[in-house]
Amino acid sequence: MDATTTLSRVQFAFTIAYHYLFPQLTMGLALLLVILKALYLRTKDDRFNIATRFWAKIFATTFILGVVTGIPMEFQFGTNWARFSAYAGDIIAQTLAMEGAFAFFLESAFLGIFLFGESVFGQKMHLFSAIMVWIGTWASGGFIIASNAWMQHPVGYTVANGRLHISNYWEVLFNSWIIPQYMHTMSGAVVTGSFFMAGLGAYYLLAKQHVEYGRIFVTIGVIVGLIASIIQLFPSGDLEGRQVTALQPVKLAAMEGLFHTEQGAGIVIIGQPNVDNQTLDNPFIVPRVLSFLTYQHWSAEVKGLDAFPRDQWPDSISLLYYSYHIMVGLGTFFIAIMGFSFLLWFWKRRLFQTTWMLWILMLATPFPFIANTAGWFTSELGRQPWLIYGVLQTAQGSSAHVSSGNVLFTLLGFMGMYLLLGLLYVVLVVFDGLRGPVVPQPEDAQQAEGLADTSAY
Amino acid sequence: MPTLWFILVALMLTIYVVLDGFDLGAGAIHLFAARNDTERRLILRAIGPVWDGNEVWLIAAGATLFFTFPLLYASSFSGFYLPLIMVLWLLMLRGVSIELRSRIPSSVWSAFWDGLFFLGSALLAIFYGAALGNVIRGVPLDTNGFFFEPLWTDFNPFSQTPGILDWYTVLIGLLALSALVLHGANYISLKTEDVLHDRSKRIARGAWLVTVILSIFGTLTTFFVQPMVYTSFTLRPWGIIFPLLALVGLVGTILWNVRGKDLLAFLASAAFVVGLLASAAFSLYPNVLPAVNPANSLTISNASGSLYGQTVGLVWWIIGMILAAIYFIFTYRLFWGKIRVADAEGH
Repeated sequence: MDATTTLSRVQFAFTIAYHYLFPQLTMGLALLLVILKALYLRTKDDRFNIATRFWAKIFATTFILGVVTGIPMEFQFGTNWARFSAYAGDIIAQTLAMEGAFAFFLESAFLGIFLFGESVFGQKMHLFSAIMVWIGTWASGGFIIASNAWMQHPVGYTVANGRLHISNYWEVLFNSWIIPQYMHTMSGAVVTGSFFMAGLGAYYLLAKQHVEYGRIFVTIGVIVGLIASIIQLFPSGDLEGRQVTALQPVKLAAMEGLFHTEQGAGIVIIGQPNVDNQTLDNPFIVPRVLSFLTYQHWSAEVKGLDAFPRDQWPDSISLLYYSYHIMVGLGTFFIAIMGFSFLLWFWKRRLFQTTWMLWILMLATPFPFIANTAGWFTSELGRQPWLIYGVLQTAQGSSAHVSSGNVLFTLLGFMGMYLLLGLLYVVLVVFDGLRGPVVPQPEDAQQAEGLADTSAY
Repeated sequence: MPTLWFILVALMLTIYVVLDGFDLGAGAIHLFAARNDTERRLILRAIGPVWDGNEVWLIAAGATLFFTFPLLYASSFSGFYLPLIMVLWLLMLRGVSIELRSRIPSSVWSAFWDGLFFLGSALLAIFYGAALGNVIRGVPLDTNGFFFEPLWTDFNPFSQTPGILDWYTVLIGLLALSALVLHGANYISLKTEDVLHDRSKRIARGAWLVTVILSIFGTLTTFFVQPMVYTSFTLRPWGIIFPLLALVGLVGTILWNVRGKDLLAFLASAAFVVGLLASAAFSLYPNVLPAVNPANSLTISNASGSLYGQTVGLVWWIIGMILAAIYFIFTYRLFWGKIRVADAEGH
């Protein structure tokens, strides 16, 4: 792999992983905003409305960061992956362009109404715009998953004049790969959003500030978070696992750290892969479980890496293995944390007084971001050495005319820029979080009328 | 079908430039038109609800170009590697400047973001103009339809190895800046009152004069730099309506500015921008990216995606654009009218 390709991979991985920190939160919060606003309309309890405006502000800041870090993603297909774009643009860009036409316009228009229009259009329209923003963000996720699904499992194409042509639109749009991956990604986003809400609520309860709101945030965060954490494991995680087993067995072997084909293969809980010797150091393995999970049969044969030619192996097996194990490990903790919190909440709301559990909830806030990132690393590193699985290798997809020095320059630029953006984001969200939901005073009621974030002008 | 998509993609890009053009222009003048915090908030309030919707047109146009002309997308984006990535950085800095400037109540903090907002807006306008200049002048495409252009070489547009910046593309870049300043100043005077309104009108008049001068130079040099432009207009004389539209817009905007018809002046500057871009697209056709060696030029036929893909795309594109038009009309109606001090104060 030449230097331009390697650096382009690093740049794409860096910019997409960074970008996805923001949409996973906004997709999660979009659902929670709909819930808060709907609760307000149902109960007419003002606290839900104040909470909606408060979260709308954090949503708006996150959304802007998502938008500005998202623009480079589409552009990089052309700038850094020109051979891939020329080869497969006829297909891959259909879903990307549909995202623009059907999701982005919807999001930007209704976000404007959601943030600026509460006083003009009234409460029902405010709820409606929240729902439309939610649909917009989730539709956007859907089109991106459809694009990625096609790279994981290309369908509906023919080869003509050395380029791929789309031959069946519906096959591309309803690729069987989409449903499990979409469910898994969206519930992952809801996990991030609900841990964020529960974590801030836990902070308020621990700090004894905005206690009423702390309770609301913890309650909603824990209930939604528990449901989403369970969906992560079953059915979505399970479906994803079966899909990888059936269509990308070499990815499965690499992410599980299975070097040798086994009957009744065990599942690795911890251990460090030693790719040179094809062994696992310091392993802790539960026997037979992998066979059962993949083939629903305790003694089924699971193909190890040795069943595949070496040039088909993913090129970063260790990182792939760790990404997968970090994702699964954290996912398990999420179910435990939310399950336990829920029981304490259900048991006469004891959660609100249980200091140690609130500490755990608060400190857990960043971990869903890590789990989601690790999940994407698993998916994408496991696709290597292919850019389009089984069709085009990554080394054949980069821009042939762009020198590695130029790519390094822009990579460093992105790093500097994103460091700045990240610091700003953290400062602003901490600032907003510490100030907390503000109860409107009569004289500045005008100001609170849904002018949330952009009131800042 | 490729001809239809050529028109549609050009249309989307034109809509983008007209819409984002006024908020870029507003950004480029806000340091001069707005002298204090309240006035700057008014300008931001005027573009706040619409700027990111305007930028969606860039994303949508880019992705549409990607699936309709994959080779053009791949070739131009990788060939213009550095300036494009810089455009992305500027778009980012500008976006966060708008959103963050008033989040921390400190005059140093807001002055920093005001400066970045100005710089980002002005440089973007120049870059867009220079990009258009490159597309008109032609790029050093090889036989496979790819190229790479450094930022500058010898600043000579007739060179065999041209750079992004040469005297011609810089001239077009400055023309773009002055045209968007004119357009943005018209928007601000349309949306504001009193001092801000009067200052924007004066800026619009100054920008108008500069635009007229640069347009004359830009037009004359274009005929020398790209002989194809002349050929296109002689082959299809009806295309003269596009430059005429630009001319009518340019004359109209100053007349309505003087008579105090802000909306008409704004629409006229929009017509000027549309006329310029349409003239450029018209004179390029059927090329989509001319080459220094004309045999290697990318055209609507050799850069085109599959007929099936373009046909299916047209179906959902029409549905998508109808929806987008509805949202846009809705949003602009909602935020119609002048922004008053009361709207910005306390925010």
